[in-house]
Amino acid sequence: MKNFQQEDQDLLHKESGFLTATLQRRSFLQYAGAGAAGIALIAAGCKKDNDNNTQNGGVDLGSGDVGILNYAYALEQLEAAFYDAVIKTPYANIPASELALLTDIRDHELAHREFFKKALGTSAIPALTVDFSSINFSVRQNVLATAKVFEDLGVSAYNGAGKLIKSADYLVLAGKIVSVEARHAALIRDLIENGTFANSEVIDANGLDKARTPSEVLSMAQSFIKTSINASNLPS
Amino acid sequence: MNIINILEEIEKVDGDVYERLSPRRAAMKQFYSLGSKVAVAAVPLALGSMFKKAYGQTTSTVVDVLNFALTLEYLEYYFYQTGAATANLIPVGTPAVAAINTIRDHELAHVNLLKGAVTGLGGTPVSFVATQFDYTAKNTFPTVFSNYPTFLAVAQAFEDTGVRAYKGQAPNLMSNPGVLQTALQIHSVEARHASHIRQMRKAPAGGGVTALKPWITGANDSGVPQVNAVYAGEDNVTQAGVNIPGLGVSVSAATESFDEFLVKADVLAIASLFIK
Repeated sequence: MKNFQQEDQDLLHKESGFLTATLQRRSFLQYAGAGAAGIALIAAGCKKDNDNNTQNGGVDLGSGDVGILNYAYALEQLEAAFYDAVIKTPYANIPASELALLTDIRDHELAHREFFKKALGTSAIPALTVDFSSINFSVRQNVLATAKVFEDLGVSAYNGAGKLIKSADYLVLAGKIVSVEARHAALIRDLIENGTFANSEVIDANGLDKARTPSEVLSMAQSFIKTSINASNLPS
Repeated sequence: MNIINILEEIEKVDGDVYERLSPRRAAMKQFYSLGSKVAVAAVPLALGSMFKKAYGQTTSTVVDVLNFALTLEYLEYYFYQTGAATANLIPVGTPAVAAINTIRDHELAHVNLLKGAVTGLGGTPVSFVATQFDYTAKNTFPTVFSNYPTFLAVAQAFEDTGVRAYKGQAPNLMSNPGVLQTALQIHSVEARHASHIRQMRKAPAGGGVTALKPWITGANDSGVPQVNAVYAGEDNVTQAGVNIPGLGVSVSAATESFDEFLVKADVLAIASLFIK
């Protein structure tokens, strides 16, 4: 442990100019008051900044488990807003059975979103502004294709984030949600074309679903979100 | 899978990591050069193996979890394999044939992946053959391979159990991020299967269980009281101290929106009904 702290202090020292110059005030305050664990996380985030050049400010998801929960909260906000719009203006000639299923999914995403908001309390990021201008909500094909993207993306996001979570309780919580997202993904796929619930588009030769890093997920989701999201302090 | 980052992180704790690994240079070289040929999913498992050799750490907990998962995958694989191979069970000429074959193939892939993972960690994989399973569960489901709706009812129980089992073991894999991620990637596939099997059971040929949804409503929503244990606790509406209906959704939606885990002993109690 001593060795670990020394290494990190060396790293911080080397990059201290960078840190003070570019980290947001909030992160800097965390750094100033943080213990060894916090320092390690910020150092990791800082290194990632170097690699990815994501110095654009925006809504900061934060670091550690709070950061991962905010990341999930951001995705659930996106999904909830999408299904809310789907149910407010259902596509033409929607069968009652499909409306019922999509209404269920809307309720699930709403529950997820509100749960994260409540669980995060004052650490929660603000409400994001979505951009659904590319979606034609009156056309079934367009709505379901977007739903498929969101559900598959959500599954891969939780699958990739699991190993970044430090608390066993939060890991199980993420597990409780991701399997519901996978049930959604399979259903939406079957609505588009029966039998595609777990085809080779999403499941590889080892029978594994996709896992994506936060940066991969956010770059795919960002076109649907007006608010700029800063994930640079997330654990990696 | 950011291997370089993992190595860099370890280097911060242990500056000698590369030297420790160097006796395994051949393995490292193979690891990098074969990266494009070896299935990507095997990479975290291979990495786990490499670190175990380098550090000699005990991985018994992880191996135990993987063997537990392997047992469940064998249970599922031979179930679908037998079903798919039984004449006049799955309606010929319907999409059900391809769906069952797809699920069977995934379960076989999981068996092979987990076998390799256990071996890679220096453990001995558990082994089963088809005849070691009794899918009638001691005559609880005597028509499991002669009646299509019964077959699907048992399939649903297996898939929903599998989802709960992987979820419950995730915390036991936190020491090995690569294996944890792989387990999560299997977990969501089982959930996709469960979703589809439930849709198949809704169709008239599959039993016409019209109240069934792709997600779990309340506790045992399967219509099969014999599998109550599979759904015990699924009607939970409190998550991390938060009352979910209090957030503005119905009690049904609250139970559907979070799947619950099962501990190993409860899963084994269910699985043992099907093991001779």
